[in-house]
Amino acid sequence: MDRFSLSANGGILAAGEFLITSGDNVKLYDGHQKVKLMELVLIPGDLPLKACHPFQTKFEIGELHLTSHRLIWHNPAIESAHLSLPLPLVVFLEEETGGLMKSPKIVLHLAPAHGSGASPTANFVKLSFKQGGEKQFKAKLHDALEQKQWEIVVRQKARGPSASMPKMRTGIGGIERSIAQKSKLRDTEISKAFQDLEKLMEMAKPMVSLAKSISSKIRDRQGEVSDDETVQFKSYLLSLGISDPVTRDTHGTGQSYYRELAKEIFWILDQPLQESGGMMTLTDVFCRVNRARGLELLSPEDLLNACKALPEAGLPLRLYTFDTGVSVLQLTSHTQEALILKTKEALEQSGSLTVEELSKASGISVILAKERLLSAERSGAACRDDTVEALRFYPNKFLTC
Amino acid sequence: MTEEFPWQHAFPPFFTLQPHEQTRVKQLEAWRSMILDYCQSHQITQFDVQEIGQSALFHNKTIQRRLSPEDLLVVLEDLRSHGHLEWDGPAKSRRKAHIYWRRPEEWGSLIYNWAQAHGMTNTVCTLFEITQGDDAQDQAFQGLDQDLLIKALKCLELESKAELFPDQEGVKFF
Repeated sequence: MDRFSLSANGGILAAGEFLITSGDNVKLYDGHQKVKLMELVLIPGDLPLKACHPFQTKFEIGELHLTSHRLIWHNPAIESAHLSLPLPLVVFLEEETGGLMKSPKIVLHLAPAHGSGASPTANFVKLSFKQGGEKQFKAKLHDALEQKQWEIVVRQKARGPSASMPKMRTGIGGIERSIAQKSKLRDTEISKAFQDLEKLMEMAKPMVSLAKSISSKIRDRQGEVSDDETVQFKSYLLSLGISDPVTRDTHGTGQSYYRELAKEIFWILDQPLQESGGMMTLTDVFCRVNRARGLELLSPEDLLNACKALPEAGLPLRLYTFDTGVSVLQLTSHTQEALILKTKEALEQSGSLTVEELSKASGISVILAKERLLSAERSGAACRDDTVEALRFYPNKFLTC
Repeated sequence: MTEEFPWQHAFPPFFTLQPHEQTRVKQLEAWRSMILDYCQSHQITQFDVQEIGQSALFHNKTIQRRLSPEDLLVVLEDLRSHGHLEWDGPAKSRRKAHIYWRRPEEWGSLIYNWAQAHGMTNTVCTLFEITQGDDAQDQAFQGLDQDLLIKALKCLELESKAELFPDQEGVKFF
């Protein structure tokens, strides 16, 4: 029992300490002996509990609070007297089931006291729950013992002066305080995480230049590279990495920003566009541009505005929206008419085509293939055969024959 | 007996109504002439819409394509707008139709030309004589449907080239 301390301010939580749960109508046993508190024990400051033993009292029932650091037992009638047991002293928990005349109890086995080996008191205390709730309390207590919050706080204390928190009584105020404290902790963690991200962004530039140097090395040794995988790796690397992405910071806002962006987009997409037949859906453009930019990601809106600024920047790339609402970027050398002509040729070559067949044959996406066939139909170059199996397009013999 | 159809009949898109306007015009044109030719060669002057939908005309078994009932109505409406078809019974139901591979006026002028050639102007002849008579042999209107004949003659009447008797048995050409 001498491991309990009695204090007038026992109800005040220490820094980093927070209330976990409370229980009403709890009796405290020192060994097998009931602990009683008397009104007379209104002595400020810490005193060993032994001091109060001789006194007789009717206050044997009290409130039990579990905080992250301590067990606090007190009686509301004796406002300033709190018995507190530091959690690190608890080594083992046990449960005593209740009976007809017996309340259920939790037995707390305590570490042997330092120095006072001759102490006659038992090495365990019992908490008697007259109104039940011992199971939940035990579970919470068990968790608190596992988490060892007191160690964490000690470490934080060692780190900085921020540990000195304003103190607050238990109860609703205390709970609110603990919530506020938790959210504060979370805030600092988040901002720390973002600091890490900033570092990563700082590192991004060297990374990109590294990628560039690798790709240029590969380019130099082009003759020696024959392995398919190496070639693919090279193409990945080449499509990756803008060493100096256009940002609002470097190129201001508004139209000038969009014009610069437009130039960048052309620079990134010129090659892939040539390869994929001069046309690319805006979603693909978005993905490619953002992959190339790495961390300075573009919003869809910025991208769209930049695409609208393409003619202004004098680039041979246009934003085109099909009647169906699908938007694409296409090279001006690949005009709509030229594309229709190409589609028509493909149709004549194969006799008839479904959307899937055209997409496979020309290596373009299904959406683009559909748009191409539909625009060919609209121009009268193709006609459709709509059956249950598929929508098939034929050369428009109605108009040519 | 295998039918002789123009190339469109073996062209799968022919059985799908084309959304492109110019193409659609051409397509309907092709349908029109195909239907009229078919009806003429089969001496069909009236038909049940559902029945004709099953015929080889609208169902090409070799390419497994057929004109859907909705599209068939569109094609028939197109015929009607060109004066080659008239709905039988209430126009709303659109289940039976008269088909005129020649329009009544065309029939009328054909008959009038024939009557003039045979010196039948200012004489009276029976309707039977026109469609079944000896003089009418080898004429396009031989065996012409009675209703259609009367319509044709009424067209001539409007042009004051003929006069139909009230009993609709005889006619006088002018």
